Amino acid sequence: MILVYLEIREGKIKKSSLEALSEGKRRSQELGVECAAVLIGHGLDSLAAEALPYGAAKVYILDNTMLAHYSPSGYGEALYTLVDEIKPQVILFSASSMGRDLAPRLAAKLDVSLVSDCTQVSVQDGRLEFVRPIFAGKAFATVALKATPQIATLRPNVFPLLENLVDGGESIKKEVIIPEDQVKDSVKELIREEGEELDVTEADIIVSGGRGMKAPENFDLIRDLASILPHSAVGASRSAVDSGWIDHQNQVGQTGKTVSPNLYMAFGISGAIQHLAGMSSSKFIVAVNKDPEAPIFKVADFGIVGDLFQVIPHLKEELKKVISD
Amino acid sequence: MNIFVFIKRVPDTESKIRINSEANNISEEDLNFVMSPYDEYAVEEALRLKEAKGGKVTVFSVGPDGTQVILKKALAMGVDDAVFIQDDKPETYDGLRTAKILAQVVRQKYPEFDLILLGKQSSGADNAQVPAMVAELLDLPQVNVVTKLEIEGNAGTANREIEGALEKMGFVLPAVVSAQKGLNEPRYETLKGIMMAKRKEIPVLTLSDVGLSEEDLAPKLEVIKMETPPPRKAGTVVTDEPEEAAKKMAQYLHDEAKVI
Repeated sequence: MILVYLEIREGKIKKSSLEALSEGKRRSQELGVECAAVLIGHGLDSLAAEALPYGAAKVYILDNTMLAHYSPSGYGEALYTLVDEIKPQVILFSASSMGRDLAPRLAAKLDVSLVSDCTQVSVQDGRLEFVRPIFAGKAFATVALKATPQIATLRPNVFPLLENLVDGGESIKKEVIIPEDQVKDSVKELIREEGEELDVTEADIIVSGGRGMKAPENFDLIRDLASILPHSAVGASRSAVDSGWIDHQNQVGQTGKTVSPNLYMAFGISGAIQHLAGMSSSKFIVAVNKDPEAPIFKVADFGIVGDLFQVIPHLKEELKKVISD
Repeated sequence: MNIFVFIKRVPDTESKIRINSEANNISEEDLNFVMSPYDEYAVEEALRLKEAKGGKVTVFSVGPDGTQVILKKALAMGVDDAVFIQDDKPETYDGLRTAKILAQVVRQKYPEFDLILLGKQSSGADNAQVPAMVAELLDLPQVNVVTKLEIEGNAGTANREIEGALEKMGFVLPAVVSAQKGLNEPRYETLKGIMMAKRKEIPVLTLSDVGLSEEDLAPKLEVIKMETPPPRKAGTVVTDEPEEAAKKMAQYLHDEAKVI
């Protein structure tokens, strides 16, 4: 069996978890095994219906009031209990914040190694092979796991959602008993800033600014352009972040986030090696920079040598036109 | 407070990575090794907690000969003690191995502590596994990717970064906390610190000193292949007036790339 962990955020299953479930379903067909999913929390009965069309033969629901809020130790214990009972050969998570927090906890409990943040999964001789970026994408490693279960986290926004939805199977509610002293850490509060943009790791389009933005208020130009582009986020280079112009949450590159959007738009970013590593796997890259020698032009599919402050307003108008066409 | 910080040696982020395909690993030739950037935030946070509450800070690192450089750096930043756990095996990209070694060192030799701090991930293997694995192996609470940490008595709260928001988490000590950029601004080494670090003896532990055999650490992850990504091809670069250039870019995105 391939078991996929489904993460709930604000009462819904996260898209990146459905991506992991879709990939789990594809590989389970190749391996000739069942694909199942698991939900953890409290009051989740209605959520199984969201997962079943993605081909889960079973959706396990681990319900307990003590698991109403995320707790790495509590969720780890609950998952371990299920895994110990149903013995899946493979366990997949989204490499989301929660997946990357919970999967290593479970792996250590099971005394197995873990593959983090995979961008490709394939079946070779009955076991899985994973490709994952290392050094923020400066290199790629193909790895396999020698112990069962094979556990991996899958990078969000890389694995396609299943297109032909199917009738799923059944949901199975499991009572989990968690000793109170096993919940040692838990979320007390979700702090969300007003008007918070989409995270760069989850966006289809990233509009990014660098040193060429010159001042913090100029990032309004970037935000303004992003506001007309669907499912987009604002990114930044390390020098813009280190100058205090924008929060480090927006930083793309080594010591920031590694991203693979459909489109990466770089404004005033020269293209230092650390930045290129973090965004070179984007499907399309466009760049605007004053310096015709800027390394960013070596990776850009379309570049403009020019003043970003003059180009952006025109670009916004032109993009508005093609969007409304 | 008795604080441990686990740090790792990595190639500096300026490095160009080359593959040694025979060894199925990166080529270490010409690489400059430094303390992993996220670990600097962990060391700084430990020093600030010590300054506020008293106590002691000890850094630990597992790695080959040469790892002492980053332990000396931590000493020069102001930590009290450093422990070098020598493991000459080349980078395994397997977080479980490192976590098992660190957990065993703590159990066997250093069982007294209140807090373990680490960087949220090494900038290299990029696994982000060791903090949660150490927490599990030592049966401790964990809060990872932390941008704010407060300790009161034997409990703490920490803000942990998630997609587009922060989770404020509560936990009890002892605990494992991993640092994200934004937690603090790491200090530079002082001249006095560097001089003191030079003179400081760093004890060396081997894996057998803590009772670990190769069998205990038998690899459960196999690297099959390593490669660098194919270089991207440079595309069109235009130098037209802004209005014309913007029009061409919009057309490219709409008609050719079909992403807008």
